[in-house]
Amino acid sequence: MRFMMLVKASPDSEAGVLPSREAVAAMGKYNEELIKAGVMLAGEGLHDSSKGARVSFSGQRRTVTDGPFTETKELIAGYWLIQVKSKEEAIEWASRVPFEDGEIEIRQVFEDSEFPPEILPPEEAERERAMLEEVQRKAAKP
Amino acid sequence: MVGMAASDTHRAIDAVWRIESARLIAGLARIVRDVGLAEDLAQDALVAALEQWPESGVPRNPGAWLMSTAKHRAIDLLRRRERLGRKLEELGHEFEAAEEGAAPDFEAALDDEIGDDLLRLVFTACHPVLSTDARVALTLRLLGGLTTQEIAYAFLVPEATVAQRIVRAKRTLAEARVPFEVPRGAELAARLSSVLEVIYLVFNEGYSATAGDEWMRPALCEEALRLGRIMAELVPNEPEVHGLAGLMEIQASRMRARVGPSGEPILLLDQDRARWDHVLIRRGLAALERAKRLGGALGPYALQAAIAACHARARTPEETDWVRIAALYDALAQLAPSPVVELNRAVALAMAFGPATGLELVDTLTAEPSLKGYYLLPSVRGDLLAKLGRLDEARQEFERAASLTRNGRERTLLLVRAAACERGARPPLTG
Repeated sequence: MRFMMLVKASPDSEAGVLPSREAVAAMGKYNEELIKAGVMLAGEGLHDSSKGARVSFSGQRRTVTDGPFTETKELIAGYWLIQVKSKEEAIEWASRVPFEDGEIEIRQVFEDSEFPPEILPPEEAERERAMLEEVQRKAAKP
Repeated sequence: MVGMAASDTHRAIDAVWRIESARLIAGLARIVRDVGLAEDLAQDALVAALEQWPESGVPRNPGAWLMSTAKHRAIDLLRRRERLGRKLEELGHEFEAAEEGAAPDFEAALDDEIGDDLLRLVFTACHPVLSTDARVALTLRLLGGLTTQEIAYAFLVPEATVAQRIVRAKRTLAEARVPFEVPRGAELAARLSSVLEVIYLVFNEGYSATAGDEWMRPALCEEALRLGRIMAELVPNEPEVHGLAGLMEIQASRMRARVGPSGEPILLLDQDRARWDHVLIRRGLAALERAKRLGGALGPYALQAAIAACHARARTPEETDWVRIAALYDALAQLAPSPVVELNRAVALAMAFGPATGLELVDTLTAEPSLKGYYLLPSVRGDLLAKLGRLDEARQEFERAASLTRNGRERTLLLVRAAACERGARPPLTG
């Protein structure tokens, strides 16, 4: 199963303050450990929210709000995508992140098979059915 | 962690075991020079954790805790086994000396030493003195941290069979006095290919279940992928290691697209490419690049990865570069000639230059003894015949393929195609 480890923003990350050389080295070492254990799929750090924007939806209307955003603790400053066997393994990996403060939120990524059929849009199911028929049709008339 | 319910602690211990067990066993095996004993010691440490951590909480550095506990058990054990006399006594001293030296190593989990130990463990578990079944079971057990029950479930064999296999494998290694080391020089290449073979076998066992209606067992694929990724970091200068990693990543990227809503298999060209996993495709292409950057001609795994990459890069089936795929199969056929590769080359030729060209090659394979029971031969032949409008022959081939496959869902699909040929072969009744 896959988990995202979401790194919450801090006043420093929002102010665009770069981490110390020690912190960068410790993080590099941690990333290397994730890679060597074969669990890391992807990971990225994000710029502060002043470089981002929000698009909000209301019916057909779209409203764009440029950053920065104020509610620092709800913002995301980076993520890892990891492949592990259990939520506990994800927690164990998150606990090893060399942070002195801050917070990491762990969220499980939906697997395809977890969608009950009624949630798959009917047109999707229809497309699948059509595709199977297409396979059979091709077999009949090459 | 204090204050967790005992069951939570048990799950936390499982997680620690998953992360630490291979390094733990590898580190111990270097000291006691016996992987069987090393695993027993690691298991003892795990039992101690299960007893103590629910009370005391999970220690700050659980890996180091397990290692030092295992080492103390080892010394106790060696001292208790007096009947083995002086020899073990000496080993005990050696062991304590090694412990002194080794203790700080474990603090830094990334030490080269540990990487070397892991690599020694991989090569030992995949040693040619063992049968293939034994290599697979031992690799999953020692490196994957899988329980006997999990391995048995994945391979659809009784738990007792797997347990026996592991016990025998450990005994064989001890009796043959297989040294706990990384092979050097000319031996390395052969031994490495044995390791890659075991990993790919595990992957394929998960990717296309050989028996029953279960189309795939994703846990085995994930395990093989993890082992492949670990190997890519342990031996970063071997192109074939990256070739295998790339091949598995790209194949795995299609997992959710290759089964339809009612469990029926969907062939590569009929898959919804939007459902391919682009994280895995990107990883696979990067691994293939790593293999290429190391230089030299591509090996069999890298060639197969390059073929898989041709499909992964095509946004639609029509965009597929079949000429290139045919050329890659040609290179593969020269490097690792096999009738199965020829069969795949025939499919690529048919796609690149028309069904008649492909059929010409397939027809040279029908007498091939090793393909006698192989359902894909009549299945491919049936497909090419159908494309050429030879529907009656095609139907017979699909029926033969259906009678040969062991996968129930695949059989259904083949019978559907046979029936379609029969309908198509008859002249339309009226209108």
